[in-house]
Amino acid sequence: MDTLQVKKSSTVHDVVIIGSGAGGGMAGHYLAMAGVKVLMLEAGPFFDPAKDSHQLKWPWESPRRGASTVRAFGDFDAAYGGWEIEGEPYTRAAKTEFDWFRSRMLGGKTNHWGRISLRMGPKDFQCTDGLTDNWPITYDDVKPYYDRVDRMIGVYGTKEGLENEPDGIFLTPPKPRLPELFIKRSAAKIGVKVIAGRGSVLTEALPGNKDRGQCFYCGQCGRSCKVYADFSASSCLVIPAMKTGNLTVITNAMVREIITDKSGVATGVSYVNRDDLQEYQVNAKTVILGASAAESARILLNSKSTAHPNGLANNSGVVGKYIHDSTGASLGGFLPQLLDRKRFNEDGAGSVHIYSPWWLDNKNLDFPRGYHIEYGGGMRTPSYGFGGGIHNQNGTVAGSDGNKKPAGGFGADLKNDYRRFFGTQVGMAGRGTAIARATNYCEIDPTVVDKFGIPVLRFNYTWSDAEVKQAKHMQETFQALLHEMGAIVTSKVHGPEDSWGLEAPGRIIHEVGTIRMGNDPKKSALNKWCQAHDCKNLFVVDASPFVQQGDKNATWTILALSMRTAEYILEQRKKSNV
Amino acid sequence: MNRRDSLKALGLTVVSSGVLIEACKTKDTQPAAIEPPVAEAGREKFEMEHDKKLKNAAKFFTDHEMATITILGDIIIPKDEKSGSASDAKVPEFIEFIVKDIPTHQVPMRGGLRWLDMQCLKRYNASFVTATKQQQLEMVTDIAYPEKVKPGMQPGVSFFNRMRDLTASGFFTTEIGVKDLGYVGNQPNKWEGVPMDILKQYGLENV
Repeated sequence: MDTLQVKKSSTVHDVVIIGSGAGGGMAGHYLAMAGVKVLMLEAGPFFDPAKDSHQLKWPWESPRRGASTVRAFGDFDAAYGGWEIEGEPYTRAAKTEFDWFRSRMLGGKTNHWGRISLRMGPKDFQCTDGLTDNWPITYDDVKPYYDRVDRMIGVYGTKEGLENEPDGIFLTPPKPRLPELFIKRSAAKIGVKVIAGRGSVLTEALPGNKDRGQCFYCGQCGRSCKVYADFSASSCLVIPAMKTGNLTVITNAMVREIITDKSGVATGVSYVNRDDLQEYQVNAKTVILGASAAESARILLNSKSTAHPNGLANNSGVVGKYIHDSTGASLGGFLPQLLDRKRFNEDGAGSVHIYSPWWLDNKNLDFPRGYHIEYGGGMRTPSYGFGGGIHNQNGTVAGSDGNKKPAGGFGADLKNDYRRFFGTQVGMAGRGTAIARATNYCEIDPTVVDKFGIPVLRFNYTWSDAEVKQAKHMQETFQALLHEMGAIVTSKVHGPEDSWGLEAPGRIIHEVGTIRMGNDPKKSALNKWCQAHDCKNLFVVDASPFVQQGDKNATWTILALSMRTAEYILEQRKKSNV
Repeated sequence: MNRRDSLKALGLTVVSSGVLIEACKTKDTQPAAIEPPVAEAGREKFEMEHDKKLKNAAKFFTDHEMATITILGDIIIPKDEKSGSASDAKVPEFIEFIVKDIPTHQVPMRGGLRWLDMQCLKRYNASFVTATKQQQLEMVTDIAYPEKVKPGMQPGVSFFNRMRDLTASGFFTTEIGVKDLGYVGNQPNKWEGVPMDILKQYGLENV
């Protein structure tokens, strides 16, 4: 490259959106439908589930039989990327942990998630224990948007009337699978509440929507759906918005920074194209950031200027701070009573069929807040790892002849054991509230750049006693439940030596909170509309604005807040304020 | 869009469930797909390049090692009245691929195979492959039962656990293996809950 030149377009777009996931996708969809001309920058390639999904492929169609060698969740999972991406490093401060999952592709991380779609509750927005900062908005402020998201995208579930697990507008949930019925029965006996799952999968036709198909129960939402029966930001938001002619997507556009003028107003975005490695700059009247909690913070911190010497929208100094993932721990085993079970198609829907919302009162516990439990099990498509560790299982129960035998083995008898054990597995995973703390943060590593020359993030995150105690409680609940079911635990049993199996921060892929909203510009980066205090034509629509996450998965709240912000932008445009 | 339209969008005609099931099955004549196509939908470029590189890579295992793996695989999963053996399902070829794909398997597999040969040499003055069928089974019996392991045999147990797991992975992810298991999913259907006869079998009608 002899002459490095930034290719500057003269067009001024109404809105430029960075990112095409749940947040960027919703804002883009809303504005494009309202007639606004939107340019969307996506850091990865285009992805249309109708063409690109690996749905209904058989394990032998992958040379590695679906192993996760090149893709974090295996060859058939829809999500590109993972915790490590060649040429795009990040660093961690000494003695801290954080694993950063990135999915650079149209739809972002909505390509991976389990479609579990939970609203945050009144106490998640306005806490009653005084432990964390409150949001500048309440559940009642967000409820109308949750309702609209439910109607627009579709979510199954049951009305339960629980105070902090608000009901939505639900489609019919799928019935439990066989192992899940055992879970349900045993949970009731030990006082753990189990209700129908809440997932964004169309178990019924979505009223008023002609473009999306209905679920045909392959259980493979993780691969994304060829008939658009589950929610992906690509199929449900971006692609429909493109059809209006108002939204254009530039793929492989890796954003460097947001450009501001001398007065500090955002004027555009600069990016490098992954394919041709040329530098580009586009102009915008309004910039919407939805690159994911950590990436959006990175972009703001890298957008330094005379007007914004501390990074864009960062006069408060909070950008990057308060990053928090959900807590996570799990345990699994098998149900001896299901050995030699009769075969039938048990794939079901690709989101959870049942789950346990948080059911206890913290007054009696030694940790704050709580967690929900996601359950799984049943006769699923075999893939790499099938039958693994059978020598830890087949010696624990009587063989076909009624007698116990030594574990392990080989030959016809072993071959029969694989058949006997098929579909007997049960697993459970807790997902809990981690406390947002200013001392957990990401920042720009002053010494490291990625392959595009963009300074990278350095994470500084440690769990506290609160999260570890929560994980301990999860494990005790899982043990009690598996015991009550008569299950034999086969996964690693955790204890104090490994923080009760508490996953490293970032492993649950629910990181939020890096560009928090608030009423006080000294303590927050965004106002209650997710508009930057320091830059009025800059908005953030991913999970960065979250003040404090509940135990609920972030997606449904991202969608509701993004819709709310898009509506606000539309109103402000009418008043010519942005 | 209703379910019928969903299936149409998939390119499936809703005639009867039987026809539907047939339509979703891959033809028996189709070989196990080892060759990645030039440009596969939904794959990143680096993934396709990685697969191509592995496919064209030099063999990892020697012919002797492959012969040993083949015999071991068929001892672990032999042909029976229900289905073929590990080698019928091309498990040795899968193991050759997977150790290149997941290199952490390489040292334990290579070392384990040599450990096995050295044991056989000491015991029978023959390699595992050239030992008699009876000797092979005697040797395998000594390393196939982790809880009954005799002193000095632990390395063999670790190796055999890995070999057993790889054989199971390789076998039950083929058409032969999936059919053997009786797995009937991975096809469009309507989930209406656990069938009543099964609910009754486990006394779960009222859960």
